[in-house]
Amino acid sequence: MTSLKTLTDLYRAMLRIRRAEERVAQIYPTDKIQSPIHLSIAQEAIAAGVSLALGPDDHLYGTYRGHGLYIARGGALGPLFAELYAKDNGCCRGKGGSMHMVSTDVGLMGCSAIVASNIPIATGAALASKMEGGKRVIAADFGDGAVDEGVFFESLNFAALKKLPILFVCENNNYAVNSPLSTRHLTTELFRFGEALGVPGERFDGDDVSVVYESVRKAAASARAGGGPRLLEYVTYRRHEHVGPGLDHQAPYRDREKLARAMKRDPLDVARAMVVERCGVTAAQLDEWEAETKRDIDAAVAFAEAGAPPRPEQLLDDVYTGASA
Amino acid sequence: MTSRKITYCAAINEALTQAMERDPKVFVMGIGADDHKELFGSAKGLLQRFGPERIFDTPISESAMTGVAIGAALEGMKPVHVHIRADFLYLAMDQLFNMAAKWRYMFGGSRSVPLVVRAVIGRSWGQGAQHSQSPQSMFMHVPGLKVVMPTTPRDAKGLLLAAIADPDPVVVIEHRLLYDIVGEVPEEPFELPFGKAYVRREGKDVTIVANSYMVAESMKAAEFLSGHGVEAEVVDPVSLSPLDERTILESVRKTGRLLVVDTSWTACGASAEIAALVADKGFDSLKQGIVRLGQQPSPCPVAKPLEDAFYPSARKIARTVFEMLDRRVPEAEVPALTHKFRGPF
Repeated sequence: MTSLKTLTDLYRAMLRIRRAEERVAQIYPTDKIQSPIHLSIAQEAIAAGVSLALGPDDHLYGTYRGHGLYIARGGALGPLFAELYAKDNGCCRGKGGSMHMVSTDVGLMGCSAIVASNIPIATGAALASKMEGGKRVIAADFGDGAVDEGVFFESLNFAALKKLPILFVCENNNYAVNSPLSTRHLTTELFRFGEALGVPGERFDGDDVSVVYESVRKAAASARAGGGPRLLEYVTYRRHEHVGPGLDHQAPYRDREKLARAMKRDPLDVARAMVVERCGVTAAQLDEWEAETKRDIDAAVAFAEAGAPPRPEQLLDDVYTGASA
Repeated sequence: MTSRKITYCAAINEALTQAMERDPKVFVMGIGADDHKELFGSAKGLLQRFGPERIFDTPISESAMTGVAIGAALEGMKPVHVHIRADFLYLAMDQLFNMAAKWRYMFGGSRSVPLVVRAVIGRSWGQGAQHSQSPQSMFMHVPGLKVVMPTTPRDAKGLLLAAIADPDPVVVIEHRLLYDIVGEVPEEPFELPFGKAYVRREGKDVTIVANSYMVAESMKAAEFLSGHGVEAEVVDPVSLSPLDERTILESVRKTGRLLVVDTSWTACGASAEIAALVADKGFDSLKQGIVRLGQQPSPCPVAKPLEDAFYPSARKIARTVFEMLDRRVPEAEVPALTHKFRGPF
């Protein structure tokens, strides 16, 4: 059973992701953010559960839909917004944009825009951890689209072979761009994809943050104790369009039934109901968290607005190590 | 430093041994890395000495294993990922181009990727279309990677140690036909700088810029040319990215003529880049057009007569130089280089 303190922390992390991304969507039409954005609105339970269940020294590798992990791990909001604004005070100094969130201080090592490409890299991070005693657990976070690429299987095989301390976290939101899972795979029980390779898998409700948190905590403890990798599939639903700030609920690729079900069960509402019912959080407290979140986001946007864009002389900085102005 | 004559293969082996002795974070991985063939002998004794944690076989998953090496490098290890044929690198291009080359830059300098990739070019004994390719130009094209092609045993040791010490991803392209050549190599660990070319032979009449095994062919040609009154200067870039532009331009300034000989195809190849460099920055030095030699524009065939026609050779190089100088090609043919390599792999 998740502790009451943890439940409120999880809710507040989700709230922070939701409100920050809503702000991103709101700013987007002004063209202040001139790069592709991939929102994770209504998938916050997974980012929050994974981020908080792992320890401070654990490392995470994510994807282009990476704002959630960055925020839930505790990455500073200012550099996130500044990166979206492509400013020099952004988390990638204006060179990465929304798709390449990074905050190594909080263990988010990097997010990649080639869907499965970070899975083997996370596996290598787990190999490095094992070589140094295996106390650090690595999480590779990816979408259901990533299981279409060969490196997913290659990585699971190697992680099983070497018993690496890694969790393969699949956020199954049912769509790879605009292609439903069922048009891409005959068998859609993704958690089973590792079984034959020796990676035990399990499927969970990805919209219940306490379920995500507990399952990751258990799997991480096992990995840390030398139990090897796990494939954790979290079923959720992508509410926004693949890329961009909008909703495309009328688009032909959408499954009406799944959409209607998802819209009736918002993971943030689920978490809020939990903190209210289980932790006795009052309406006043909820309002205070909202206000605090808004203040933080306002400050982060101001930080981004005030930041200077990188100078043209910085173009070639960091192509190689040491090549910095 | 004490030096003695050892083979190219022994020099690689010595570099790996010394790097692993000095730094516990250095490890070697690759298909067959720990088997009894010991990566053509280049990994000799490493398993016995350093154990299976530090040199290990991998599944035949070139793409993911490249990612694994990158991930380990990001977390502070110093992986050396070996491919016994350079052709296999094509399976790893996503990881090398999209991840290794870009990580530091796209994350604003967050972390470097101290990865070393060793890949061996195959040639002769019917290696054929998929066991013979020289992919250096692909890597030269992409900012963020360094590319070297060691030619001598000294290069093989000094550049591999430099690659292992380097904070950025380095692709070291070796040549199977060079494995048995012998040369002076210092016993102690030493690093050769990237971006430094070597003049393998001085001459005044024509500059031949050649890399890897093409240096051996060019030296043979130069020897023959010398017997016929033509002095060729042979320049070996060794490091293709970064490229030592100055040494190449200085040589062309001296000779006024440039022949570029690459182990790969000419189209968009290393030879094209070097020719473009001289056309851009050394045009006034040129007495005539730049000439290039490379593999013929076909996949590599197996039949010996076709294979001989496919590759540049000392003979072709010598003939080309005579033609460039408007000299009659002498009756006596250039003796062909004989390689010891008899396969099977």
